[in-house]
Amino acid sequence: MTGQEVVFVIVGVVVLGAAVRCVTTRELVHAALWLVVALGGLAVQYLLLTAEFVAWVQVLIYLGSVVVLLLFGLMLTRAPIGPSPDADSGNRPVALAVSLASAAALVALVVDAFRTSWIELDRPHGESGPVGESLFQNWVLPFEALSVLLLAALVGAIVVSRTRGNEQRTEQRTEQRDGQRNGGVG
Amino acid sequence: MDVLDVAVRVAVVMVAFLVLPLLVGQTEHKVMAHMQGRLGPMHAGGFHGWAQLVADGVKFAQKEDTVPAGADRRVFQLAPAVALIPYLVVLVAIPLGPDGMVGQVLDAGIFFVLAVLGVGVLGSLMAGWASANKYSLLGALRTAAQLMAYELPLLLSAASVAMAAGTLSLTGILGEFEWWWVPWQLVGGVVFFTAGLAELQRPPFDAPIAPEEIIFGAYTEYSGLRFAFFLLAEYAGIVVVSALTAVLFLGGWHGPMSDQLGWLWMLLKTGALSFLVIWARVAWPRLRADQIQKFAWTVLVPLALAQIALTGVIKVVVSG
Repeated sequence: MTGQEVVFVIVGVVVLGAAVRCVTTRELVHAALWLVVALGGLAVQYLLLTAEFVAWVQVLIYLGSVVVLLLFGLMLTRAPIGPSPDADSGNRPVALAVSLASAAALVALVVDAFRTSWIELDRPHGESGPVGESLFQNWVLPFEALSVLLLAALVGAIVVSRTRGNEQRTEQRTEQRDGQRNGGVG
Repeated sequence: MDVLDVAVRVAVVMVAFLVLPLLVGQTEHKVMAHMQGRLGPMHAGGFHGWAQLVADGVKFAQKEDTVPAGADRRVFQLAPAVALIPYLVVLVAIPLGPDGMVGQVLDAGIFFVLAVLGVGVLGSLMAGWASANKYSLLGALRTAAQLMAYELPLLLSAASVAMAAGTLSLTGILGEFEWWWVPWQLVGGVVFFTAGLAELQRPPFDAPIAPEEIIFGAYTEYSGLRFAFFLLAEYAGIVVVSALTAVLFLGGWHGPMSDQLGWLWMLLKTGALSFLVIWARVAWPRLRADQIQKFAWTVLVPLALAQIALTGVIKVVVSG
């Protein structure tokens, strides 16, 4: 085993441990923070596989945005310090079954698809130039389909958050505030 | 790359990380004092109170490091490190001069820098939540909302430069740089610098730590060295944002005699931009939290998109 492989295995164990802690911890915010460790570890794995571009995208999107959004949401709700037993829905066995099934399906798929392909780790494979070229030449259709999907999700989020009642209340509040401000100036 | 070379590069980055933020801090003391027509601390060290920063450091080290009784102890203690370390890591990728005067050449340098900078937010969020203090939580909420709003213009304006240069590498961008990029990318540069200012929560974007409203936001419960780490993160952030603006929009080490004096040009540009950051603190009153949001989404994002369109058009015209 080379040094790279040893590090790969160690980081893999850390990622697995963090992921398990993430779903077993009884403290909500701790779960989000364990998720940070797991996702960050995955970025290191990408780096070890010489996929530099994917690694930085992983850090930018998942650590910098998704987890921050998660924490933001948790803080807007009640996220007390210490265990929150009322957050347990009792779906644990079902969730375990689903996750085991999807993990088995994924592993089987990856093993079946890439059993015979190997990459040489002594030169970079995931530089931004080649990634961009293959993305915008061979994979441009899935890329565009994903863009449309994201756009639809975006529009949907705006529609859901702008219900009629909400709008009126915001307008009222703005009017009140403007009134106060004008009163203060006058 | 042999071991000695790596060691020298790491040492230089460490020295820059330890010295430049303190220089900016000291400059801020003096510049603010002069702009506001007051003396400030003048006694420590004799000449103009130059040793005040050292005295401050000693004071921070002597103070008791307290953790509130209701706090989440481990997260509370870990937060300052999470806030500070990303800035150290980012410095590795910022080129100081031509011919490989950079800690490490990265193929996707812009991505690396912006991605790692985004991780620093987690420190503020962890601090705000773990303090078990409602002012801290409010500060953390404002921080998160502000950072999410300003991440977008920051990325878009950086993308414009990457489009212009045709590469994501910071050294590659400087290699392609021409003087007329400065007027061409001017709007993007202003957007980038402003968004960077907001990411650092510097005035006028300092609603997350507004002392008159929420004491000191996420850092309210901190004391001693851990508090000093948060302050150091702010000054290191000024250095990093100024240096990045200089590299992306002002040509970094380009200038007369750049073969010998490239590093000096880079430091001068970074210093001038840091001065602007300090000046902004003295010159502008604080924006309200909702004004900060509105400014990001209705002014900076459209401007950044317009810059990208302009970059695209000119790029096609020039190459075609």
